[in-house]
Amino acid sequence: MVRDTAFERPDVAADALPDGPGRERGRWRSALASWDTAVLAVLALTVLVAGMLVDGFATQRNAGFLLLDVIAIGLLALPLTLIIITGEIDLSIASALGLCSATMGWLWLEGLPLETIIPLCIALGAVLGVVNGLFVTVLGLPSLAVTIGTLALYRGLAFVVLGDQAVADFPTSFKSLATAKIAGTGIPYSVLPLVVLAIVFAILLHFTPFGRSLYVIGYNREAAAFSGIPVLRTKFLLFVASGAMAGFAGVFWTLRFGSARGDNATGLELAVVAAVLLGGVSIFGGKGALHGVLAGVLLMGALRNALQLANVSADVLSMVTGLLLIASVVIPNVALRIREASWRCALATVPRTDKSTASWQPPGAEDRKDPTP
Amino acid sequence: MRILPTSRAMRTGAVAAVSAALLVLSACGGTTRDDDGDDDAQTGDETTDESTADPAAGGDPGAEIPEGLSITFLPKQINNPYFDIAAAGGEAAVGEFAGEFNQVGPSDATASSQVSYINTLTQQGVDVIVTSANDPNAICPALEEARGAGAKIVTYDSDTDPSCRDVFVNQASPEGIAQVQIEMAAELIGGEGQIAILSATANATNQNTWIGLMEEELQKPEYAGIELVATVYGDDDDQKSFQETQGLMQSYPDLKAIIAPTTVGIAAAARYIDGSEYKGQVHVTGLGTPNQMREFVHNGTVEKFALWNPEELGYLAAWTGAALAAGQITGAPGETFTAGELGEYEIGEGSVVLLGPPTVFDSSNIDDFDF
Repeated sequence: MVRDTAFERPDVAADALPDGPGRERGRWRSALASWDTAVLAVLALTVLVAGMLVDGFATQRNAGFLLLDVIAIGLLALPLTLIIITGEIDLSIASALGLCSATMGWLWLEGLPLETIIPLCIALGAVLGVVNGLFVTVLGLPSLAVTIGTLALYRGLAFVVLGDQAVADFPTSFKSLATAKIAGTGIPYSVLPLVVLAIVFAILLHFTPFGRSLYVIGYNREAAAFSGIPVLRTKFLLFVASGAMAGFAGVFWTLRFGSARGDNATGLELAVVAAVLLGGVSIFGGKGALHGVLAGVLLMGALRNALQLANVSADVLSMVTGLLLIASVVIPNVALRIREASWRCALATVPRTDKSTASWQPPGAEDRKDPTP
Repeated sequence: MRILPTSRAMRTGAVAAVSAALLVLSACGGTTRDDDGDDDAQTGDETTDESTADPAAGGDPGAEIPEGLSITFLPKQINNPYFDIAAAGGEAAVGEFAGEFNQVGPSDATASSQVSYINTLTQQGVDVIVTSANDPNAICPALEEARGAGAKIVTYDSDTDPSCRDVFVNQASPEGIAQVQIEMAAELIGGEGQIAILSATANATNQNTWIGLMEEELQKPEYAGIELVATVYGDDDDQKSFQETQGLMQSYPDLKAIIAPTTVGIAAAARYIDGSEYKGQVHVTGLGTPNQMREFVHNGTVEKFALWNPEELGYLAAWTGAALAAGQITGAPGETFTAGELGEYEIGEGSVVLLGPPTVFDSSNIDDFDF
């Protein structure tokens, strides 16, 4: 089975180098170059600094607020990570969330029991994912174009379903499911589904043949197809999973805010995409790890929370988010250039007669690939 | 390469689980809207208990406003000129009682981003949150949590569900809006002649309420000489309002004044009259914003028009918050407090404070306003 280590862990390559200064540098570089480790470190640093400098950050209640704010983003980020790893994208997730939320309100007005509405909403989300999946796999259209289209389509449908009306009379028992805190801690119960799903997705992505095949599809679609991976079926399933997750997030969103509206979560797809990219997933596919993405989600949430507490205005907050996103694209690229350059130096210092290293390609050369899969 | 069997098994499993869940749940009924009645009735009881308990606790009208009271405005969104003016009023008020003023808010006018800001304010422990709700229900739980942490909640511009705020500062009552427009029209035409109304859409609730109240107002003996000859609808569309004004002038050559209780309509009507032979003969008045109408007031097309003053709205909201935090009022109807320069206010039914009659803008004061 294909392993991703060859693609994303330069330390393996560094081990192949003969001992000496070059090898030392290789280790140092690999630690820096592993983006998801870096994001984890930045997250820890952010929490530490904010805890010391920002009044009211390091409290149980604030931890609860922070987690409640990132749950929806975290949920949507799980399947999106898989989709982006295969080199596709789903921008319709927030609109699908809105449509599911509006439908939930409508069905509630129609008198259906919530216990039936909730699975129906998740099923509706899956159907919305099927639509995306069919366009991308059967018609072979680029997912960027398809999901920009369904972004507008699903949002429009959400307003058709509920108009500009809001349904807000959901029973308190269900609303508190979304917001209640685990006794004695500030942690909301609704973190549990995210944790469970994150573990499921992590196992799926990193420890199953299915998950490993996603990297191959994203890295080289033709090679994946020739090696027997059902590329289209895999992508189709991922879009369905993404839709179903949007349905689930829609249920959570509706209960958390106690309000079903057509405009729920407008623009949230950008926050999700930003968190996934910040978490080290390459927008060109073939690269990324789930723990990095979760760190990215938490980092964005923690940063926003801390800056808000420090009375930084919303405009500056958007700028920070934008700069982070640019940094998450630029820094790995710059790191790659540096790595390539120093590889050339390392190779130059090795005697030419040594055949084992002379045939060596810098791993950076593999990382650069055609953006279109 | 065991992708197929795995995914097929997984899919079958998932489908089976979902259908089973659906069957089980629909079989045993579940939570529907109908049996939600108990739930609502309960919460209703609790709120009644609370509001009947409040007057017993009572406000202390003599209580001092403590120094350094932190009052934060949370508008629907920031960088919105209307809310910035309201915030300027709030800041002025907070300066008068030596508190700490702040305005925070999302850059998009959504309830979810407002919730995040309310949580932040709860965490910061501010004394008063003055907010205009993007959704009357969605921000309720967050406001409840803020109240639990000791904050007083004042709403302005857009109210929330009354159970999750202390006082709503209402910018204008329908009666006040109807009265001021008839008053202005009567004054402009000297109490006699034909007038017409240029409204927005035929089914706009607020417009129709105002028009109905204006018709009632015209029944008063002092307006006996005024005849309302037509009500036309410009659909809040500039072009349509312009054409409707033109049509009015052709149908009623003796028309003395047009009342447009909509900001789009009044600007379109003024523009038509400004460029026509009727300039100086037909008066245009109604509800408009100073920035929109400045040009027409300065060139004499429009003498006066009205709108509530957002600066006073913010000023009153800040004073209301201070009175709540100081314990002068609890939000119960009938309590009174002093709002700085604006004087004394009384809390009305449903814990609502009414700002008062709309402000009339004319050439003497229009340049003092920028919104």
